[in-house]
Amino acid sequence: MAQSEELSKPLGLLAELTHRCPLGCPYCSNPLALESRDHELDATTWARVFTQAAGLGVLHVHLSGGEPGARRDLVDIAASAREAGLYTNLITSGVGITTRTMRDLWEAGLDHVQVSIQDADAVSADHIAGYRGAFQRKHALAAEAVRLGLPLTVNLVVHRANIGRIGDMVDLALKLKASRIEIAHVQYYGWALKNRAALMPSAEQVKRAVAAVEELRVRHHGKIVIDAVVPDYHARFPKPCVGGWGRRSLNVTPSGRVLPCHAAETIPGLEFWNVRDRSLADIWRSSPAFNAFRGTDFLPEPCASCERREIDFGGCRCQAFLLTGNARATDPVCHLSPDHARVAELAAVQEDKAYDYRRM
Amino acid sequence: MINLAADNLISSDARPRLPRGVRLTHNEAQGGWVLLAPERIFKADAIAAEILKRCTGEATLAAIVDDLVAAFRAPRERIHADVTKILSGLAEKKLLEL
Repeated sequence: MAQSEELSKPLGLLAELTHRCPLGCPYCSNPLALESRDHELDATTWARVFTQAAGLGVLHVHLSGGEPGARRDLVDIAASAREAGLYTNLITSGVGITTRTMRDLWEAGLDHVQVSIQDADAVSADHIAGYRGAFQRKHALAAEAVRLGLPLTVNLVVHRANIGRIGDMVDLALKLKASRIEIAHVQYYGWALKNRAALMPSAEQVKRAVAAVEELRVRHHGKIVIDAVVPDYHARFPKPCVGGWGRRSLNVTPSGRVLPCHAAETIPGLEFWNVRDRSLADIWRSSPAFNAFRGTDFLPEPCASCERREIDFGGCRCQAFLLTGNARATDPVCHLSPDHARVAELAAVQEDKAYDYRRM
Repeated sequence: MINLAADNLISSDARPRLPRGVRLTHNEAQGGWVLLAPERIFKADAIAAEILKRCTGEATLAAIVDDLVAAFRAPRERIHADVTKILSGLAEKKLLEL
């Protein structure tokens, strides 16, 4: 069990500064039960968390949400992350951050900006975001970040409505002068799970999209780095969820609960500790939620004797729970899982219906 | 014979610097110096860290090598070879501007 091994050190911390967001993306990875403003940690507490995180070995902090720009004290929060010595990345929708704030963030030492793009086409992009004018505002924010000399990553979430335009979206990222692009197929948790049938692409679309990404990588080699997240439900092997449960990263919710991954609250019965009550080191080492699935000893067959168990750790615990009802099971995305057929059945359910937009 | 080795590809007038978004930092828990970039982490050993600390965009390659020769009292040729090898590797990964 994990206790007997040397405890690994976390490298990354996802700081969900708020769940407030002007956009309503139907694939949002936030939980359905969003936290309200009055429960949010204050900037002083975040500063303490960042100092403790750096002491624990964390190197990268991702300021996220919700839309982090919804916090008026965002610049103070970013400055404190930077003062703690953390590499500070802002993950934003681009809406709610003015060019003035962007400049202040740059002065505070922000290291990197990641902006999401919903589609290459403005009308479709605004429809997906559930916010008219979002597309234009993203352009303005990206332009300001680049003007300031900040490296820019564009993040594209891919699903049925935009899967045919990946090439156009990469062209857009190049036009925005991004140095890196993340092409992420929707992962079905939180709001995305609720909208699964409306978001799910066909197997044929996925096949074409995967081939398109390979072709784009070759075509744009040296101009832009393309990182792609595989479409889960169409894969043969599961993803190594967050690099292994309680092994590489941690996530702090707007109200201070510390989770091994952003979806961990999906799994019933886990006890999460809060940064208001305990130090991050104590939480990392001893919180019941972090120790629940550390290591690989809990894994059943076919994982227990599988040579990939130290590569993918049996896949995603949340997905195992969501699709089989058992968080200890092999992630059914794996073709060796006895429940693998269920994934194909779910992937075949595609319905053209209105999105259930994310809202508080 | 033409020598295409990487150590001849950096001019001694070049003023290497880490671009915005790439940062050298010290983290005790991780056991020393690390070079950080978007979604990427590189452990920097003691030699690499001494070199990177001097890549400010102000000092030329020649000055950096001189400084290291003085600080570590090692043969100039060896230091020059180490520095150019590390810097050209980083430049190739776009982690350094020359």
